[in-house]
Amino acid sequence: MAVMQYREALRAAMTEEMERDDRVFLMGEEVAEYNGAYKVSQGMLDRFGPKRIIDTPISEEGFAGIGIGAAMVGLRPIVEFMTFSFSLVAFDQIVNNAANMRYMSGGQFAVPIVFRGNAGLAGSLGATHSHRPESLYSHFPGLIVMMPATPADAKGMLKSAIRSDDPIIFLEHENLLGDKGEVPDDTDFLVPIGQADVKRHGSDVTILTYSRSTITSLKAAEHLAENDGIDCEVVDLRTMRPLDMETILSSVVKTHRVVIVEEDLPYCGIGAAIADRVYHKVFDELDAPIRRVTSLDAPVPYAKSLEQHFLPTVEKIAAAVKEVCYR
Amino acid sequence: MAQAPTEVKPIVSRNQAVGWLRQMLLIRRFEERSAMLYQNQKIGGFCHLYSGQEAVAVGSIGVLREDDWVITAYRDHGHALARGMDPRAGMAEMLGKLPGCSRGKGGSMHFFDAEKGFMGGHAIVGSHIPLAAGMAFASKYRGEDRVCICFFGDGAMDQGSLHEAFNLASLWKLPVIYVVENNMMSMGTHLHRHSWTTDLTVRGGPAYGMPGILVDGNDIEEMATVTRQACNRARAGEGPTFIEAKTYRFRGHSMSDPMKYRTREELERAKERDPIVIFETILKERGWITEEQIDDMHEKIKQVIEEAIAFAEEAPEPPIETLYEDITVAPFIPQES
Repeated sequence: MAVMQYREALRAAMTEEMERDDRVFLMGEEVAEYNGAYKVSQGMLDRFGPKRIIDTPISEEGFAGIGIGAAMVGLRPIVEFMTFSFSLVAFDQIVNNAANMRYMSGGQFAVPIVFRGNAGLAGSLGATHSHRPESLYSHFPGLIVMMPATPADAKGMLKSAIRSDDPIIFLEHENLLGDKGEVPDDTDFLVPIGQADVKRHGSDVTILTYSRSTITSLKAAEHLAENDGIDCEVVDLRTMRPLDMETILSSVVKTHRVVIVEEDLPYCGIGAAIADRVYHKVFDELDAPIRRVTSLDAPVPYAKSLEQHFLPTVEKIAAAVKEVCYR
Repeated sequence: MAQAPTEVKPIVSRNQAVGWLRQMLLIRRFEERSAMLYQNQKIGGFCHLYSGQEAVAVGSIGVLREDDWVITAYRDHGHALARGMDPRAGMAEMLGKLPGCSRGKGGSMHFFDAEKGFMGGHAIVGSHIPLAAGMAFASKYRGEDRVCICFFGDGAMDQGSLHEAFNLASLWKLPVIYVVENNMMSMGTHLHRHSWTTDLTVRGGPAYGMPGILVDGNDIEEMATVTRQACNRARAGEGPTFIEAKTYRFRGHSMSDPMKYRTREELERAKERDPIVIFETILKERGWITEEQIDDMHEKIKQVIEEAIAFAEEAPEPPIETLYEDITVAPFIPQES
């Protein structure tokens, strides 16, 4: 085990996988000579050279498509979006080409590619740079969507993503990049795709969450345990598609109460789809309606004061947990 | 802008030339019968026919190596057949049958044949143009000298994806050949109404640091000549080439097109330059084929296409469970309940 930052864990995952498999390369804006806009790829150009660490022009649709084409004929690209908000420019490539290629060709082609980068609100970046695209991409069969919350998961999940034969949407969070944690050194440390993780065991309420909201939810759980005597189980979903229904349901049938915490929007946000599936499977097990704590239904504001109001907070989560406990 | 040389003929052997004529006839017949099947509602969705443009696909694909890649837009039957796709697999796909070239999941616009290096059949205008650069990228990354040839219509000249891919292909000297099949129409919008200049080599060639070659797309040997030059350039590591092949489609944009945007006279004038008739005439003048042999070839191709249709009609429908197949390589878990 080594203690490292979330960004260092991402870099370790890419570095190890590139050493393991020369079909893997990294491509994106400022990944090479600039050393990464967020320093995730720092030092990788020196290590692997310009053939495998590739700076692109600001042409998201173009280089996303080049990655997909290269993947169709056997390479395994990692395509970095400086922020996933910019992936909207490449939406057609991801949705029509990456997600559909295998199906439309009757299984003749695979697209082993990882699209990765920051998603979510990083702080005062306003509406264009703060998108939460998890529900957008989770919508499409053919894509796999992963969102790590901790340094260990960042490494283990990204390594699994790179080894996957399917197109992966790998959503990191800018505000987690500096978080530190213990990370296994094992070069074959893999967190399986589609496996949630119970980050805190509890018996009273299940909190279903992911990415940065996992950290906020864990804080809320401690707060509730200390102040209200409510014991929350925090399930970090990790993979948004396919969802780990087994882990979710085994927690729900234990606690009978569910709060979903997400940075996504309330309307058509990913929590809506998760709630639908939980209701469908275990409606009779629930002692209270599912509550969701989401961002507010507005474009993301610039002002810090407004933005703080916008996101799920410990207070909002605590209030929702108490509500499902009828307290 | 370079002009293609026209005097250097013939450029291939008699056998190959006769084979090209046969392929063009095969495509024409495939399309004619597809139109009938569409009218009889055996083929659904959108169906875009290649009639009139055959020399572009056959002449250019005809000089590629077996390990090169071919990718095109939604008007894809001609390129697939030129690349050697079995017409039975193509016809079965159109009828939505299991042995179709995409297992009945693609349809007319999404033909694929991995074994032949036929990389699709792509129906969002311009969307496949970066993919072609990606395949060329892989060739260069692995130190191979395979090339990718990418076809699209003049309408795609107006998509951003084309311009991003062109810049990247040139910047990275990728072994890709871009062929715009300028049939003078972006669906129902004439070239002069969708492009600031009607000389597409200006927009696609020197602007991106690659040769912009204008060629008569109805002259199959010219097509072959310029494509061969572009292949040599690509294999030598000198980067991409842009070819503007001027041609004309004899049918509507798709089968549902009433063609009100062009006159009968314009169409009749174009048909006087039918690439198949032109090539038949050349081959006869050369003494490489006789009228009787051409008639015989027509008959044999009719039979091949009728057999393909019979095969497709009798082929099984895809079973319901195939709906969930071919979505991901890993076992697919439907997110349904």
